[in-house]
Amino acid sequence: MDRIAFDIAHLLAGGLVLVSFMMIYQERLTALLNVFAMHAVVLALSVSWQAHIQHAPHLYVTAAIALVFKAMIIPGALHRIIRRMGIHREVETVVGVGLTMLAGMGLVAMSIVLMLRLTEAADTFAREDLAFALSVVLLGLLMMVTRRNAVSQVVGFMSLENGLILAATGAKGMPLVVEISVAFSVLIAFIVIGVFLFRIRERFDTIDLGALEEYRGENQ
Amino acid sequence: MRKDFRMSAVDLALLAVAALLALGAYAIPFGRQTAARPLIYGASAMLCTVLLLLGVAVLAGQAGVSARVLPIGLPWLGSHWGLDPLSAFFLVVVGMGGAAASLFAIGYGRHEGEPMRVLPFYPAFLGAMTLVVLAQDAFSFLVAWEVMSLLSWALVMAHHRTEGTAQAGYVYLLMAGFGTMALLLAFGLLAGPAGDYGFAAMRAAPRSTTLAAVILGLMMVGAGSKAGLAPLHVWLPLAHPAAPSHVSALMSGVMTKVALYGLIRVVFDLAGPLEWWASPAVIVMGAATAVLGILSALMATDLKRALAYSTIENVGVIVLALGLALAFRANGMTAPAALAFSAALFHIFNHAAFKSLLFMGAGNVLVATGQRNLDALGGLIHRMPVTAALMLVGAVAISALPPLNGFASEWLLFQSVLLSPDLPQAGLQIIVPAAGGMLALAAALAAAAFVRIYGVGFLGRPRTDAARSAVEADRFSLAAMGVLGLICVLAGIFPGVVLDLLAPATEAMVAARLPLQAEQAWQTLVPIAEARSTYSGLLVFAFITITSSGSAWLVHRFASRRLSRGPAWDCGFPSNLANSQYGAGSFAQPLRRVLGSILLGAREEVTMPPPGSTAPSRMIVRLRDWAWEGIYQPLAAAINTVATQANRLQFLTIRRYLSLVVGSLVSLLLVLTIWN
Repeated sequence: MDRIAFDIAHLLAGGLVLVSFMMIYQERLTALLNVFAMHAVVLALSVSWQAHIQHAPHLYVTAAIALVFKAMIIPGALHRIIRRMGIHREVETVVGVGLTMLAGMGLVAMSIVLMLRLTEAADTFAREDLAFALSVVLLGLLMMVTRRNAVSQVVGFMSLENGLILAATGAKGMPLVVEISVAFSVLIAFIVIGVFLFRIRERFDTIDLGALEEYRGENQ
Repeated sequence: MRKDFRMSAVDLALLAVAALLALGAYAIPFGRQTAARPLIYGASAMLCTVLLLLGVAVLAGQAGVSARVLPIGLPWLGSHWGLDPLSAFFLVVVGMGGAAASLFAIGYGRHEGEPMRVLPFYPAFLGAMTLVVLAQDAFSFLVAWEVMSLLSWALVMAHHRTEGTAQAGYVYLLMAGFGTMALLLAFGLLAGPAGDYGFAAMRAAPRSTTLAAVILGLMMVGAGSKAGLAPLHVWLPLAHPAAPSHVSALMSGVMTKVALYGLIRVVFDLAGPLEWWASPAVIVMGAATAVLGILSALMATDLKRALAYSTIENVGVIVLALGLALAFRANGMTAPAALAFSAALFHIFNHAAFKSLLFMGAGNVLVATGQRNLDALGGLIHRMPVTAALMLVGAVAISALPPLNGFASEWLLFQSVLLSPDLPQAGLQIIVPAAGGMLALAAALAAAAFVRIYGVGFLGRPRTDAARSAVEADRFSLAAMGVLGLICVLAGIFPGVVLDLLAPATEAMVAARLPLQAEQAWQTLVPIAEARSTYSGLLVFAFITITSSGSAWLVHRFASRRLSRGPAWDCGFPSNLANSQYGAGSFAQPLRRVLGSILLGAREEVTMPPPGSTAPSRMIVRLRDWAWEGIYQPLAAAINTVATQANRLQFLTIRRYLSLVVGSLVSLLLVLTIWN
């Protein structure tokens, strides 16, 4: 039982990393949002599996929050936004996909090596989980750095936050309050960023961050 | 249970501080009312008197050493306050200076144009200085120190529209911040890896003599910059004169002493034993500060600035004495160490008295004439006789002339310099007498400087209408000056009383004290042994009184029965122009040519108009400040360059900022990965 429990937890957390990689090479915004929704679904699965093996019913709430907010409401809202802005067919990257993938692999390798070394004394579940969680966080950061569209930066930020939740659920005993407050802060960040998107767009007719830079009188 | 609770001395002192802070808060809403000013200053004077009496009580053994932990400050540390003999001695200095300055300000403050810029800060400044002296842990000490710095900065900025004040305040703020940083590092080293910031733990912790020497160096920078030690003195002659005069008196007379308290507390009490090689730097810095300070005072034409420079000189003298005490203590010579240390403390007390007195006199002159420039004064002795007489007492005292207090403390210091042949190290045997020579030079120059200030400002004929129409100051100002003048005279005639009072502080710091002076006949000072050297202020006073009144009587009895007035300087020079008198610049010229050309880079430029021209000829003197040009300007330029480079970081694109964050995170993680 334990062996299987570990393998499934491992599979789900690894799946999250895999979906993060998928996000990195999505060049179209619509596809990116779909993959992000999938990211959240995998997260919800992973969290509920943790809830099952840790016998921690409150983690089911966490999983439900992830499923409802991150897999449905936020991607749906972002879909609406990009449709209203008419940018759902846009293609954007700054750094080439191959290079980004390579960098991402390097980051994952680094975080796994680092985490496995640092947490030798810890529980096996927590170790694997933490290593994958750090990878997800770093991949989210990488995404924020390599994109220039504000929407994909928001997605990068949200996927980073997913990594944090994965880390928190893997380490036993995160109180529900923390999870709920994190969820709400993400929601609020989403609202604020959404409002900003429209404001930026109103002003510059685009949500390409390069426009902001030009506005400040600078080039790349 | 309750009947065991008694107010200890430190509780009373803390209550007085709380009252002072409350007075400051009271001044914010009510300071504009005319009745508030005498109330605030009067209450400050009374609270400072309480502090003074508390300090004397502890020193005299009437109240034991006391401590109190208050649950404010850092959550797990609280704040520790205590009153031991050293704190008590400095409490006396703060109380005396504060009480006199507050009494002075009851009258002087009436002339303050914008009282709201002074009243709220003044009592709080007094409270903060007291807190520095009472603090028994590094956190409380640093907080009180910073509050003291900031409040005094606010007081310096009181006349912010006067030209130069804003710059003085800016330089002061920079130097205060720099000094506190050095203090922070020193306390960090004192706390060590254990990180206990209580003074008791720091005192108990063992540390190497090298570390103690590093702490000494940091304290010389941190406390020295506040006290005005060269080359960190540049802010002092700008900031002290810019403040209102009663604040100048406090800053020069008391705040520099509080800074020296920090130095003494850390170096003598907390840092532990030092090797002998740590002391020459202190001695040399003290001697250099003394000579440089008094030479600058001789050149300054601004009355208050000359006084501020003289403060630098006195701080140099005190630091020299402390360096001597360190040298003797490192060699286990406790009796000479006690002598040097007592001389330092005695001089601290004396300087607080006479420098406050002199700044108050300068304040009276400023109110009466609106002038600080010596060349615009003259003849004030006829128009302000009481101020002039009291200024004379202060000038004689600071010039170290017997029988006043300045002589007694400097005499003690010279006695300890004379013990230097007993030191085992050849280096010290050379340095200490050389420093003694510098000290003698500084003392002589100080006398010249005050002859100049007094002669140009108060004697002769008035040079301007402002000086001609001066009127005597009010009675509160004069009373405050009178009290300080009396302290100068009494401490000079009965130095043994003061020395016996400060003996507990000396004993706590250098593990020895001077022999009890109260047993000596005729109030004689016997620092080492009767066969070696003694000084009796009382006998000298009696001798001077008897001979001078006797000769005055003889002259009036046999030579001139009547007072006759003749034209001033009528010795073949019958000019009526007041400006043809000796001025501040002309008096300083010989010394400027001899000493100033190198030390101060003094250059004279004479422009003579061609024959037949009616243009005036001019002589312009330029002085250079080597410390300013050699240290501060290059430093400022370097900081400016670095800041300009770093400023580019302000103008990156959003993505670059993100990349910076990610890059630093990843590189830190990489370091962790590889290093593990």
